[in-house]
Amino acid sequence: MPWLSYRKALNRALGDELARDPAVFVLGEDVRVAVSNVTAGLLGRFGPERVLDTPLSEQAFTGFATGAALAGMRPVIEFQIPALLFLAFEQIVNQAHKFSLMTGGQTAVPVTYLVPGSGSRAGWAGQHSDHPYALFAHAGVKTVVPATPEDAYGLVVSAIRDDDPVVVFAPAGALDVRVDVDFATLAPVPLGVGRVHREGSDVTVVAIGHLVHDALAVADELAGEASVEVFDPRTVYPFDWDGLAGSVRRTGRLVVVDDANRTCGIAAEVLATAAERFDLSAPPARVTRPDGAVVPFAPALDRAVQPDRDQLATAIRKVLKD
Amino acid sequence: MALLSAAAHADLYRTVRLIRRFEERAVELVRAGDIVGGIHPCTGQEAVAAGVCAALRADDMITSTHRGHGHVLAKGADPKRVLAELAGRTTGLNRGRGGSMHAADFRLGILGANAIVGANAPITAGAAWAAKRAGDGRVAVSFFGDGAVNQGVLLESLNLAALWRLPVLFVCENNGYATTLTVADAVAGTITGRGEAFGIPSTTVDGMDPVAVLDAARTAVDRARAGGGPSLIECVTYRFDVHHTWEHRARVRYRPDDEIVKGRSRDPLEIQGSRLSDVDRERVDAEVESLVDDAVAFALSSPHPDPEDALDHLYATGLRGRPGDGR
Repeated sequence: MPWLSYRKALNRALGDELARDPAVFVLGEDVRVAVSNVTAGLLGRFGPERVLDTPLSEQAFTGFATGAALAGMRPVIEFQIPALLFLAFEQIVNQAHKFSLMTGGQTAVPVTYLVPGSGSRAGWAGQHSDHPYALFAHAGVKTVVPATPEDAYGLVVSAIRDDDPVVVFAPAGALDVRVDVDFATLAPVPLGVGRVHREGSDVTVVAIGHLVHDALAVADELAGEASVEVFDPRTVYPFDWDGLAGSVRRTGRLVVVDDANRTCGIAAEVLATAAERFDLSAPPARVTRPDGAVVPFAPALDRAVQPDRDQLATAIRKVLKD
Repeated sequence: MALLSAAAHADLYRTVRLIRRFEERAVELVRAGDIVGGIHPCTGQEAVAAGVCAALRADDMITSTHRGHGHVLAKGADPKRVLAELAGRTTGLNRGRGGSMHAADFRLGILGANAIVGANAPITAGAAWAAKRAGDGRVAVSFFGDGAVNQGVLLESLNLAALWRLPVLFVCENNGYATTLTVADAVAGTITGRGEAFGIPSTTVDGMDPVAVLDAARTAVDRARAGGGPSLIECVTYRFDVHHTWEHRARVRYRPDDEIVKGRSRDPLEIQGSRLSDVDRERVDAEVESLVDDAVAFALSSPHPDPEDALDHLYATGLRGRPGDGR
């Protein structure tokens, strides 16, 4: 079977949706040349009317997408760096997201905001290394963080077809993941449905985005001492609470690993929900970036603020001992 | 100035009169507590809405501002449903979910009033791009005030619209004040200069005269439909009432009395009214009075929404989030 890289999966999802639906178009900075590789070949296949290079005007082109969506189009915006979402936060959260309710259901705003290379890329420092998916989850914007190439394909397709705004974080730490897959099996992945990557009976590890691969590696490492289940929510909002409840019912223990700042993060929400709803046999734990972290430049410092495998292994062992 | 038929003059007057009486009655309903949250009345500025919308086709699109009732009414929204929206009733344009600052009627191309100054500019550009791509000849109008000309997103949007020759009218309603801050204290350079900097044809017109506004809007609409790209029209006008009805209670003072007297001395209602015969004017006044009476009666007799439905329409797909009460 052929190899599919995560980047190529994003590219394939965009190409397939552009081919399927004439209302879909892609816009963003340097998307014609495809600096990120994600839009490679799309200009040649679909022409300049459907692959728009924008000036460096994040607020305007994000609002522009809202307007195009109100007039019947299905825009996909590529953001080169995650922090650009801060510039466009008003246009996404305060405009696109609110139109449906504020107009009493008169309209939909089907825009996809795609961030290829979210989180740390190693060496890109304070303003290029954020992972702000919890902000969008808090605001109620549908938000997905695919971990694997096949989920990246399936979730981007679903995001584009969804009638609501959807933010897609494609973590830098997952972009080089490749899978051996039959392309004919690539299919939409429904929003809000998690995936158990590895079954286990002692502890459930909720891992988000690229950390799914770290969680699987740690589960292998600990195979002699514990049976670890790895649960990937895939969508952080709406979260698959029923799927997670099923997993925790089997294991009774819970650890969350989340590459984002600790306060009000997705890990915090998972633990809060566990406290309300789940019957745990030991206190849960989370591994996150520190509170309020700004990613420092030097490689050792950059790594120091991101969750790592040792921290996760330690957290799992502690939860198993309690 | 274009020669208009008596019927066209009467239509413009009717729109101005409707907006005026609608706003006056709405202010009364705010005072009576029937409209909560207050409104930003547009009395004095009616000529801008009336003149621009008279140049539009039914399928053209507009976006509006926090001071948007006039634009929405001029584009053809049913006064009954606009007033019901202000009163938060289920029969309102937005089923009581939007209120004064978000009135929208997508069937009439009213893509919504917007409560963030300048935020409607890129939305208008995007809608205009979609219309251009569809080749249906539609244009889109972004109404905004003088306060918006200092918002970066508006300047970014002027650039995009000019760059891509989008069929957009940028209509600046310059009433001299961004809330309490004067244009002199807020705007370096000029408003039309902002358009000209991007190569956008930009003109200043008497925003108290609906015919002057209509003339400029027609030129801009013709240019946009012919593929000539965006235009900017600065309409110099004056707000007769408060920025927001809150001021009726707060009694903040920032406009000199003599300025208010002078500003009110040029009244779009009188300017356009003088172009009608007394008989025609009285006839239109009576029609409008009856429309507004009906609107008030309709709004106040309409049902309030059920609190159980507070988050209806939050998602177009019908997704329901978890309730907030720990269930």
